[in-house]
Amino acid sequence: MHLLVCGGTGCNASKSQEIAETLKSNLKDKGLENEVQVILTGCFGFCEKGPIVKIMPDNTFYTEVKPEDAADIVEEHVIKGRKVTRLLYTDPENKQHVADSKHMGFYKKQLRIALRNCGFIDPQNIEEYVGADGYTALAKCLGEMTPEQVINEIKLSGLRGRGGGGFPTGLKWEIAAKHEADQKYVVCNADEGDPGAFMDRSILEGDPHSVLEAMTINGYAIKATKGLIYIRAEYPLAINRLLTAIGQAREYGLLGKDILGSGFDFDIELRYGAGAFVCGEETALIHSMEGNRGEPTFKPPFPAESGYNNKPTNVNNVETYANIPIIINKGAEWFSKIGTEKSKGTKVFALAGQINNVGLIEVPMGITLREIIYEIGGGIKGGRDFKAAQTGGPSGGCLTTKHLDTPIDYDNLVAAGSMMGSGGMVVMDDTSCMVAIAKFYLEFTVEESCGKCTPCRVGNKRLYEILEKITKGNGTMEDLDTLRNLGRVIKDTALCGLGQTSPNPVISTIENFYDEYVEHIKDKKCRAGVCKSLMQYIIDPVQCVGCTACARNCPVNAIQGEKKMPHFIDKELCIKCGACIEKCKFNAISIQ
Amino acid sequence: MTKIKSLADLKAMKQSIQDKIDTRQKGNAEGLAHVKVAMATCGIAAGAKQVMDYMMVETEKRGMDVVFTQTGCMGYCHAEPTIEVTLPGKEPIVFGYVDLKKADEIIEKYIRDGELVDGIIPVNYQTINK
Repeated sequence: MHLLVCGGTGCNASKSQEIAETLKSNLKDKGLENEVQVILTGCFGFCEKGPIVKIMPDNTFYTEVKPEDAADIVEEHVIKGRKVTRLLYTDPENKQHVADSKHMGFYKKQLRIALRNCGFIDPQNIEEYVGADGYTALAKCLGEMTPEQVINEIKLSGLRGRGGGGFPTGLKWEIAAKHEADQKYVVCNADEGDPGAFMDRSILEGDPHSVLEAMTINGYAIKATKGLIYIRAEYPLAINRLLTAIGQAREYGLLGKDILGSGFDFDIELRYGAGAFVCGEETALIHSMEGNRGEPTFKPPFPAESGYNNKPTNVNNVETYANIPIIINKGAEWFSKIGTEKSKGTKVFALAGQINNVGLIEVPMGITLREIIYEIGGGIKGGRDFKAAQTGGPSGGCLTTKHLDTPIDYDNLVAAGSMMGSGGMVVMDDTSCMVAIAKFYLEFTVEESCGKCTPCRVGNKRLYEILEKITKGNGTMEDLDTLRNLGRVIKDTALCGLGQTSPNPVISTIENFYDEYVEHIKDKKCRAGVCKSLMQYIIDPVQCVGCTACARNCPVNAIQGEKKMPHFIDKELCIKCGACIEKCKFNAISIQ
Repeated sequence: MTKIKSLADLKAMKQSIQDKIDTRQKGNAEGLAHVKVAMATCGIAAGAKQVMDYMMVETEKRGMDVVFTQTGCMGYCHAEPTIEVTLPGKEPIVFGYVDLKKADEIIEKYIRDGELVDGIIPVNYQTINK
């Protein structure tokens, strides 16, 4: 028998270590220390009800356990085999005690559809994919369904593009199918560029065949015979595994001529990108694949009409494709039961930032930010307060405490001034300065703007300069109006999705954290202590004993003073590196 | 390898593989332990490759018959490198923060004796496959 005690950060803070010790000593008293083991585990993802103790092998799940409960667990459960009812989890809906963790609702918080095979199968072995129902969806399409039926099934499922925009996938396929041409193309957009997002890489590295299968289905549906995967050269392992997978699929006759005896031909090749953010935009991506500069062009014509080599082209994102085989296998009706009214299925998020369980998660649409952060994510690091979550990367905005209980889907995120994006979710606590965050994203867009249209090339640069001015303490209240107006103009006039969304981080932070901007401008203060220009290092002459430790360690000789006399910092010279604070043994130096 | 020409071929192949996988999941007749190592770029960067190499060499040295496979990202970025160990007839168990020392402990305690060690990552999601 094993007693699993949660050793995650949250439970640890509420004495799980002590619980483990007490359990051990209780077991020892009964002479059971060799038969029953106490094991510390990682986070159960249910920190709200921590500390958690789980008994194996019967899966009993005790919540909110205190050290003084240890005696009861040993006496009652371990020795007498009776569950300690008062510690069992109570289902909030029917008020019943739940004895077995497998029946608990919180296990349903994460649902893996796109990631179904990631971390389960060997990605470099096609047989494992076939063993996990792989290529049966393709066989079903080729053998039992007409292209129209395939498209209809995807339409009915309600699947929307997972790359960010959220355009209905079935509709996209239908439009591409309508355009007649001697050659059509299917393109997989694997140019994942949002800072902090890596779900596409994980899918390609963990389950490449699901994407190949889906692209082949896509080809069958729109009558295309060529597939191209546009992937950044910065993903060498993903490229490697894709090449292996394509090779295996050809060997098994699942790519190439006359697939599964149906008479349908389809093959896939890779195209490498140099890692420009703008190439995630479909027209820029297509130009890059053609060997031209990765610059967007005006839509219409949409790629569905005139794309790669001026032929009808359907472009979908990796995660979108990963959903396709399962929709065909399980049916549109099954898929459309998951999620919210207008956003069906699940979304993969790369959870990052000041959160305990940084990780790749897949959740049904409609989950709340609170559930993601406090249950799956295990809460904020160091028990600090949640301040904001940035979704949608450089194109998105911030969700704040007031959005904690908003169901997350495409439309609600847009209404909250952010967007789904490709699924990066950066969680921030009170040590993050929102002006600096907006500046960080703008710096990224300025760097990545292709320069073709003026609003994006010049406008973003100006936005960045104003933010820079504010973080340096030289901002004026008029600057806030300029930021807002300029942001709006860029959004309305930029050529492609990059420019049309790039002001979002600025507009959203002004909207949600107006006070913080005003503080930077009027009080010359950065409450998070991030903006260096607004900080001052000061030596308290009463505390300072004149040991000279700070002066000796200052890299720019900004600290002066006689031995055994109070020192002072020359503000002009100080670079605010913090070396003096580290060296001072008398807590005489502070930041103001 | 003969090509798969029809749905029937695919189904036959699936069945034979399914049987193989089932035996691997549940532990096969000879009772081999099975270790899966999460080897996406991030896992490898965190040291998964070294851990896998070490475990393969060490289990062999110690005369233990263990099957190793690599797999993709398990999603536990906060606890890389992660490995999943399935002992014959038991539920798979995921261990996080597996460095060489932890790997040694897992080989000696869990794989050899079936005694759990600290650092288990509890499963907190549902999947559609099962």
